[in-house]
Amino acid sequence: MIPAPFDYHAPATVPEAVALLTRYRDTAKVLAGGQSLLPLLKLRLGAAAQLVDIGRIPGLEYVEERGNTLRIGGCTRESTLERSELVRARYPILLDTAKVIADPVVRNRATVGGNLAHGDPANDHPATMLALGAEVVAVGPKGERTIPVDRFFRGLFEVALEPDEILTEIRIPAPPARSGGAYAKLERKVGDFATAAAAAQVTLGSSGTVERAGLALTNAGATPIRVEAAEAYLKGKKPERATLAEAARLAAQAATPQADRRGTVEYKRQMARVMAQRALESAVARAGGR
Amino acid sequence: MARHAIRLTVNGAAREAEVESRLLLVHLLRDVLRLTGTHIGCDTTHCGACTVLLDGEPVKSCTVLAVQANGRELTTVEGLEQGGKLHPVQEGFMEKHGLQCGYCTPGMLMTGCALLRRNPRPTEQEIREAISGNLCRCTGYVNIVRAMQYAAEHMG
Repeated sequence: MIPAPFDYHAPATVPEAVALLTRYRDTAKVLAGGQSLLPLLKLRLGAAAQLVDIGRIPGLEYVEERGNTLRIGGCTRESTLERSELVRARYPILLDTAKVIADPVVRNRATVGGNLAHGDPANDHPATMLALGAEVVAVGPKGERTIPVDRFFRGLFEVALEPDEILTEIRIPAPPARSGGAYAKLERKVGDFATAAAAAQVTLGSSGTVERAGLALTNAGATPIRVEAAEAYLKGKKPERATLAEAARLAAQAATPQADRRGTVEYKRQMARVMAQRALESAVARAGGR
Repeated sequence: MARHAIRLTVNGAAREAEVESRLLLVHLLRDVLRLTGTHIGCDTTHCGACTVLLDGEPVKSCTVLAVQANGRELTTVEGLEQGGKLHPVQEGFMEKHGLQCGYCTPGMLMTGCALLRRNPRPTEQEIREAISGNLCRCTGYVNIVRAMQYAAEHMG
């Protein structure tokens, strides 16, 4: 399959890339790893007259903790995230997530920023970033701004980036002591989008009760879904099995999946519940709660 | 400027081409450079038949633009044999009957080669995970895993 014709630009810096996006506005698309965009262009489900490749801009691939924040460069490959010692040691939820995105060969190209900016509710990082309370950095002609991830996903394939903005960094608050997170995904085979998946991040207080809980769902509606009802319900409670089960039930209630070859609406809602329960239980275990 | 002059290294040799923006890497390899060892399978980023090494990492060349490979180093299945000697992964596929129809083989070889470079003694599980983006419809993977284990034992 051959994409429709387009022109290709390889800016060497972020300002150059922004200038190109400013010039071409709605006719341009940002190309990062290309593992979502190129298939769309090839299938001609999408079109762009101009591709602005940010993959050649140096300095956009990094995973580092500075102060109380984990910073991930927008063009960081999923495979880099997967192999990062820092991620393995301190952010197991990110490792859980990276390992189930597409397949290992695709992950050598796919980027974390692209996984978010593409705005596909079936992508895996959005739920994880919602659970973690992350924010993204967008750079445009007027400079830099930060956008909390829970205001980032606006609709199906629609995010809060302006056409002339580039997602350059993801910022995640470093988890305090007694924190844990996990991502649980049900997929038919490696490389499939989730039938259902859930991300949970939990911080326990000194008395063993939940101080903060983040819970979000993948592929359960037009956008990734943060389950605020479950987060509020868990706060201040002991993370016992029945309590987590009630939070998972609230997650299933928040899910608005569509029937497709992966299953019926009722099946997917049930699987959202099961995935939420599993993610919460692993998160609590990793937080040292059980 | 929908056409671009690109230079890249393919299997150790400097190559140049003038390509359209939309030309896919796999078409550059097969149709322009006439390296037809790299296969096109699903054409939708699933099957991995088109896997090549881009700066040493396996990628699906149906999902990379040729122009994105400008200035980079590529290895295809044609580049595995060195000085008349097959790569241990190739030998493994012969010794352990790692193929039937052979369609997925070039991609499997490239993924296997990259795996062993990164991890010279992979476990069976690690091999299975590494090739989980390369589909084979003949072998059931059993002999492919054995071929890679053979290669691991015979890497110099």
